[in-house]
Amino acid sequence: MRPFAYARPDTVEQALDLLSEYADDARLLAGGTDVIVRLRTGHIRPAIVVDVKRITGLRADIVETDGVLRIGARAVMADISADGRVQRHFPALVESARVVGSVQIRNRATLAGNICNASPAADTAPALLVYGATLNLVGTGGRRRVPIAGFLAGPGRTTLQPHELVESIDLPLPRIAAGSAFGRVTRRWGVDLATVNLSCVVTEAGVTRFAYGAVAPTPVLVQDESGLLAGGAESDASRLLLDRFIAQTSPRSDLRGGRDYRLAMLSVMSRRVLATSIQRLHAGEV
Amino acid sequence: MAAQGATMRINGQAHQVAVEPHHTLLQMLRDQVGLTGTKECCSQGECGACTVLLNGQAVDACLVLAVEADGGEVVTIEGLAGPGGLDPVQQAFVETGAVQCGFCIPGMVVAARDLLNRNPDPTEADVKEALAGNLCRCAAYQRIIAAVLSAARAER
Repeated sequence: MRPFAYARPDTVEQALDLLSEYADDARLLAGGTDVIVRLRTGHIRPAIVVDVKRITGLRADIVETDGVLRIGARAVMADISADGRVQRHFPALVESARVVGSVQIRNRATLAGNICNASPAADTAPALLVYGATLNLVGTGGRRRVPIAGFLAGPGRTTLQPHELVESIDLPLPRIAAGSAFGRVTRRWGVDLATVNLSCVVTEAGVTRFAYGAVAPTPVLVQDESGLLAGGAESDASRLLLDRFIAQTSPRSDLRGGRDYRLAMLSVMSRRVLATSIQRLHAGEV
Repeated sequence: MAAQGATMRINGQAHQVAVEPHHTLLQMLRDQVGLTGTKECCSQGECGACTVLLNGQAVDACLVLAVEADGGEVVTIEGLAGPGGLDPVQQAFVETGAVQCGFCIPGMVVAARDLLNRNPDPTEADVKEALAGNLCRCAAYQRIIAAVLSAARAER
């Protein structure tokens, strides 16, 4: 690895001062499972790495507040998937956090880091999209809230400014009954990036949302408010609608799968996660 | 860049190490502390050969900067055996013949130790999930899984 300076601020203010001073030459470090790989390959060459893990103002826990479940920036995948409230209300997030990397990775990797890394194949991103998550950012200019859809800007790109960091991620607690699920296709079980991944939510009001990952520069969010998909019965109309949703993706062919294979798997997996979501809605899970 | 002082407990002993900020915990353990049981292989968190326990949790030491372990507690493969002999996981690997070339085994054993610390009664599926981040290119998986299940039985 190329040499860099290392700072371990205790407060958000100290971290923001370092970000202001170094701007594009600073790199934030949370779990490190992506950052350290890219430091080693030379894809990123910061002058300074700012470790946020000892900042007391950045929480590592999950708290319920004002109708949202707030996931701290330092919360790791293993803790998120083990949390009873996340399991009760956001099973697609649990199922996606549970398949990121391996046990070793999930003990280090943070949800905030997974989102800031902005891989098109990030497993947790589709879940955050269908649940309507919002990121709480703090910067030298103050705080702002950004919906996840407005945060992911392209492969490896977000709308996070150089002088900002993610403080927490809010998941709005469902006000009406809903069922949800996550699915993915990979070549091997464990330590593989998704060929396709997706999350689905169905609400008792008849709204169905899908988010598709690894099939476009950023995950694709689609929504049916007609009740057609939530009804669960397949028809020519429901097939046509799913085809229209999938047509909004633009998968590439790469070593994980061809474009046609990805499109075919999206079709199969959409039906599966929809069926599971409807089942969970009726079973009283969310 | 100047080396920074890092203090940590490694296998129960206090260590004060001057570490370069760009060196990983894996480099520090092998090259500065002399604990070469932890192996370097893929260097990107895919093979698990460098698995150690950091503050009681399995991590890939290639994906942790040495400075990040400052103030922490590290257990490597060298720290598992006690005065009474091998750790039950190590003993089970020996008895089951789970070791072929041996390169992946320290990581496998530490990852299995982590599983049994969390879950003393794992199913075969639990073992497979816990070891999904550990690759064995000899493909000795059947006996490795059998060894972990055997260690769990021995400990109960």
